[in-house]
Amino acid sequence: MVVWSLRPFLILLIFLTVGVGAGSATDLLNVSYDPTREFYQDYNLLFARLWKAQTGEALHIDQSHGGSGKQARSVIDGLEADVVTLALAYDIDAIAQQAGLLPADWQSRLPNNSSPYVSTIVFLVRKGNPKQIKDWDDLARPGVRVITPNPKTSGGARWNYLAAWAYADAHFNHDPAKIKGFLTALFKNVPVLDSGARGATTSFVQRGLGDVLVAWENEAFLAVEQLGKGQFEIVLPSLSILAEPPVAVIDKVVDRHHSRKEAEAYLQILYSPEAQELAAQHYYRPSDPAVADRYRDRFPAMPMTTIADLGGWQKMQHVHFADGALFDQVMGAVR
Amino acid sequence: MTKSPVIPGFLPTLGVTLFALSLIVLLPIVALFLRASGLDWHQFLAAAFSPRVLAAYRLSFGGALIAAAINSAAGLVVAWVLVRYDFPFRRLIDALVDLPFALPTAVAGIALTALYAPNGLFGEFLLRFGVTVAFTPLGVIVAMIFIGLPFVVRTVQPVLQDLAPEHEEAALSLGANPWQVFHRIILPAILPALVTGFALAFARGLGEYGSVIFIAGNMPFVSEIAPLLIVTKLEQYDYTGAAAIATVMLLVSFALLLIINSAQKWRQIRLSGG
Repeated sequence: MVVWSLRPFLILLIFLTVGVGAGSATDLLNVSYDPTREFYQDYNLLFARLWKAQTGEALHIDQSHGGSGKQARSVIDGLEADVVTLALAYDIDAIAQQAGLLPADWQSRLPNNSSPYVSTIVFLVRKGNPKQIKDWDDLARPGVRVITPNPKTSGGARWNYLAAWAYADAHFNHDPAKIKGFLTALFKNVPVLDSGARGATTSFVQRGLGDVLVAWENEAFLAVEQLGKGQFEIVLPSLSILAEPPVAVIDKVVDRHHSRKEAEAYLQILYSPEAQELAAQHYYRPSDPAVADRYRDRFPAMPMTTIADLGGWQKMQHVHFADGALFDQVMGAVR
Repeated sequence: MTKSPVIPGFLPTLGVTLFALSLIVLLPIVALFLRASGLDWHQFLAAAFSPRVLAAYRLSFGGALIAAAINSAAGLVVAWVLVRYDFPFRRLIDALVDLPFALPTAVAGIALTALYAPNGLFGEFLLRFGVTVAFTPLGVIVAMIFIGLPFVVRTVQPVLQDLAPEHEEAALSLGANPWQVFHRIILPAILPALVTGFALAFARGLGEYGSVIFIAGNMPFVSEIAPLLIVTKLEQYDYTGAAAIATVMLLVSFALLLIINSAQKWRQIRLSGG
């Protein structure tokens, strides 16, 4: 059987792969989450070009993608990331707390809570919306099949869950029993709990499972415009959540690699108009007002709560996602 | 001749064995136990025996046992056909048996899911009879059967090859019926290999993650395997909780494998004694 002690194995792996290139200042490693793959491929080219024009230095950027939590764990276990660009602040908090690789106040170092681009949570339904899904309460109706990944393993799923919870909290006037009843009815309608956002998209788009996919807006656009043109529609719920995927320089690593200058520029230029344009093209909501204005039709304004409104990730983890917390109670009731 | 064997003597070989075993097998297991020992007894029980974890053990151990049992029967038939009959494409089919060894497990999982999903080739057909395989515990067993089959075939095949058909012919000519021939002549000869194949298929199914995860559905209490719970704990930075579940799985599977091996030993002693 597989022995689940990953640390020795990881250290060996890192030694074999990253260790070889470590020490060279013109190498950057960006450890990111799953759906940003295409965006960072384009951005790395843009940044390398700008950096070369500005400093004359040729820069090589490697990128690594996977579930946000898993990626953070790799960095904690020693993956030499110069920068991390993850799905939620909680995962970067974990790197700060567990490994002390960056200060606890990392999120205040860059504008907009260190989130150069944002997104939100929307519904993807099948063409013509046969089940007439308009808002969160339709997801709890009997007979509707809902596809959403497991919030314990997927960063995107945590945003999904919190958006549903925020809706229920407003709708049921903070009544804990009614909120729990709503979430139980919703998760009773979930036939498959994928471990990541991309897996859930596959279940809905390729396997034909479910009537509605709760998804990142960028992932929903990808499905509508590329994966299955003309087969799906996006539905905006009456309330959603501002999903802020943050970025951070890993201080201890860049100091060792002497790559702080490059790493900081790499993140700062994410806020430049050119990079913002690129993010919008990859279906992320830009934070730059001028660029956002140009993409107003693609990203309509909608009521959104924020993670700060809800009380921050540490509180959310404790109340919702820790073992035995609300999500586990809901899944226990679903049974 | 015996003074200078091809492979170097006892001490160097034992040394290499111990070194390799320690480095590759023992060290990770020690690291695992050290991790789990960070918990006190109550925390350990809570992490390793909560209702959700118990449901996952039931699925993982139960599914692996059922899959290994099915593989033992199916694998025996496959090995029998490949050894005893000559037919076109026999070598090709022989090579196909090893494919689950070579295929990356995630690829196998995605392929099985695509076939057995309600809109897949098999899934659509089975749905007409009200059977859903993908995203149910049944899907878990299907994936475990897929990855476990070669273990049984490859352990039984060489033993069948050594078993001369004359033995069966002799039994038949002495008036035994086909069942008696199988039961009295063939089965005793291949049983040790079959049990080994069963144990290997079982162990593989138990630890399997990649192929099962795509077809399982991963619903807590229903179709969630124990290795997924370990990964889930790791995603939550709960290293000790993950180590606790892993420790239980390791100990139980070690105990089961030990029982299977000693049952075999006991049988051999009984046979040679009587």
